[in-house]
Amino acid sequence: MSHVLSLLVEDKPGLLTRVAGLFARRGFNIESLAVGKSEIPGLSRITVVVDVEDLPLEQVTKQLNKLINVLKIVELDPAQTVEREHMLIKVRVDNTSRSQILEAATLFRARIVDVATDSLVIEVTGDTPKVQALLRVLEPYGIKEIAQSGLLAIGRGPKSITERIYKN
Amino acid sequence: MSTESSPVPAARPSQPARPPVSPAAPIILTGSGAILKSLENLGITDVFGLPGGAIMPFYDELMSSEGIRHILVRHEQGAGHAAEGYASSSGRVGVAIATSGPGATNLVTAIADAHMDSVPLLAITGQVFSTSMGTDAFQEVDIVGITMPITKHSFLVTKPEDIPATIAAAYHIATTGRPGPVLVDVTKDCQQASAPFIWPPKVDLPGYRPVTKAHGKQIQAAAQLLAEAKRPVLYVGGGVIRSGASEVLLALAESTGAPVVTTLMARGAFPDSHTQHLGMPGMHGTVPAVLALQEADLLIALGARFDDRVTGKPSEFAPDAKVVHVDIDPAEISKIRIADVPIVGDAKDVITDLTVAYENAARDHTPDIEAWWQRLNSLREQFPLGYDEPEDGLLSPQYVIERIGAITGPEGVYASGVGQHQMWAAQFIKYERPNAWLNSGGAGTMGYGLPAAMGAKVAQPDRTVWAIDGDGCFQMTNQELATCTINNIPIKVAIINNSSLGMVRQWQTLFYDGRHSFTDLNTGHNTVMIPDFVKMADAYGALGIRITKKEDVDAAIRLANATNDRPVVLDFIVSRDAMVWPMVPQGVGNSSVQYAREHAPEWEEE
Repeated sequence: MSHVLSLLVEDKPGLLTRVAGLFARRGFNIESLAVGKSEIPGLSRITVVVDVEDLPLEQVTKQLNKLINVLKIVELDPAQTVEREHMLIKVRVDNTSRSQILEAATLFRARIVDVATDSLVIEVTGDTPKVQALLRVLEPYGIKEIAQSGLLAIGRGPKSITERIYKN
Repeated sequence: MSTESSPVPAARPSQPARPPVSPAAPIILTGSGAILKSLENLGITDVFGLPGGAIMPFYDELMSSEGIRHILVRHEQGAGHAAEGYASSSGRVGVAIATSGPGATNLVTAIADAHMDSVPLLAITGQVFSTSMGTDAFQEVDIVGITMPITKHSFLVTKPEDIPATIAAAYHIATTGRPGPVLVDVTKDCQQASAPFIWPPKVDLPGYRPVTKAHGKQIQAAAQLLAEAKRPVLYVGGGVIRSGASEVLLALAESTGAPVVTTLMARGAFPDSHTQHLGMPGMHGTVPAVLALQEADLLIALGARFDDRVTGKPSEFAPDAKVVHVDIDPAEISKIRIADVPIVGDAKDVITDLTVAYENAARDHTPDIEAWWQRLNSLREQFPLGYDEPEDGLLSPQYVIERIGAITGPEGVYASGVGQHQMWAAQFIKYERPNAWLNSGGAGTMGYGLPAAMGAKVAQPDRTVWAIDGDGCFQMTNQELATCTINNIPIKVAIINNSSLGMVRQWQTLFYDGRHSFTDLNTGHNTVMIPDFVKMADAYGALGIRITKKEDVDAAIRLANATNDRPVVLDFIVSRDAMVWPMVPQGVGNSSVQYAREHAPEWEEE
């Protein structure tokens, strides 16, 4: 079962190696990984999707907590979370397919960010099912390449995982 | 001034030196000077190491240190294990120093060893110039990267102003919570550059807050289970020793009347002479200890981690037992065996609280463990630890080790290598106090024994320190005999010389149809005896004696204990056919424990 973990970490050299290495050596497979700055200077936020059962998840969380540079780990409940992926898709086009592809992009509220005579680059943002659905629609036209971000996730409502991080 | 030729430790200040009072004008130090001053301020008095290019600026400072004794080893692995032995025998942090590249990688085995056995170890390594890093410079390796999986934490320092806070943080991390190794890698330009030295530094570790005081409700729940249990066992691990919890453990044990087992890492945490002590559990544990865990209805695991060498096949381990698991490391709890009552905290605090809570709980409910003790006592009568005299007329290794323990007594320190001799030293030496037994339990590092004994003797100069070693183990780190002789560290080494990699040979005998593939070392009886350990001892300036007869064993041990002007190497030529019993074969449940070959005790199926 997939779990979405949000890690608040100190922005230190080698941090990503420590986190990724821990997953690898304890035998956990990372499905998706996204790293970026948080709103607090010096702290980064890692969103990681991992496919494990509940008990090994508890173990991986505890092991992650032992990393000195990891400040906090939260498992995000899918029902209470906004999840987004970002994908750039380069699709093959010709004069007959161009309008169909543009129509599909509009339906998915995706944007065309590059145009060439025989290709388009489409930018799409959404949760995983939406992004995958667009990909399926475009597949018959010939996908030349894709670049995809890891999943980003944030809890709904006013609470923040960075609250109380520097208290006690 | 001393006129002796051998280096003598400088007078040690009773208190760590304090920095200058005036915060307005901090002194300016080089990075090297800052490392040294930080170590001195942390109260470090002894370090083990070997210089090389990238750590030379620090060694230049170290030469003039008045507060720190540096012991020059012959191989960095020796420095690492010596620091471990120093730490494990005294409870203080051990410090090992090496240069970049191969110097640093030579520390890796010892760092991994300290990681597995939760030893507070501070490893300081030189690194190439920060401007050369990443260019495959001479003697450059990414030691921070290499040691990430085997350290509690690691630091790379490139700026001299970061030194005090980094060394202080490393010391703090190594010694608090679940102790472990911390590596500080310092570039050569950082060692050479200067910066104001500010002490005490601000140590900022927002992601490191070990829990030491446990939750009251969990303690209550554990106490209640303990008061109601019919067949409880206190399953004591190395955490009790690291925490310094032996005294409070004794109080808990005597208050509850529960049987106690001490794991390989916990030998000495509870006195062997105590009537409630059933001995060591696990693959080579006593039958009463193994079956007590197996038949228990409640395990109180104290600083123990359900290692595979203790549990055997985990799914068949202690099938009827509820588990109270006390550990300072939350990740150990429910890692192997789901705990019914998880308690995160320091063993000493938790055991103290648990004793009080138990006494309250037991007032309402008088525990009844009489039948349990009858069962355990009958196991003790039927299956005492023992051994047969070898049929080949050679010395019995168990006898030799037993005599070393008996003659030297519980105030001695015993460090072992890894293998048969290690198991016999765990079984046949009677431990009465914590920190007397040093061994490589988790990593199983052959070669740990001699340098660990050296480190222990530096930490505890007034104690008699034995390395109980094998002929295989001894050959992995014996170069430190030179260090011992030259630095006046008179350890005693007992080589239990069965001319083979004995434990592997035992498995070959038992599980590989007696095909002894590459386990013959040719050091013992009826062989070419290469090397000749007595000549080797002589070459290293140590006293070497070969013992082949039972009647000479005691005299040799006594002579060794009386010899303190140089190290002693006793080459005991023992039978290679002796085996470690009892034994639980690998991969099966502990109910399959064999008292001797093909001889399993009957146990009560529940």
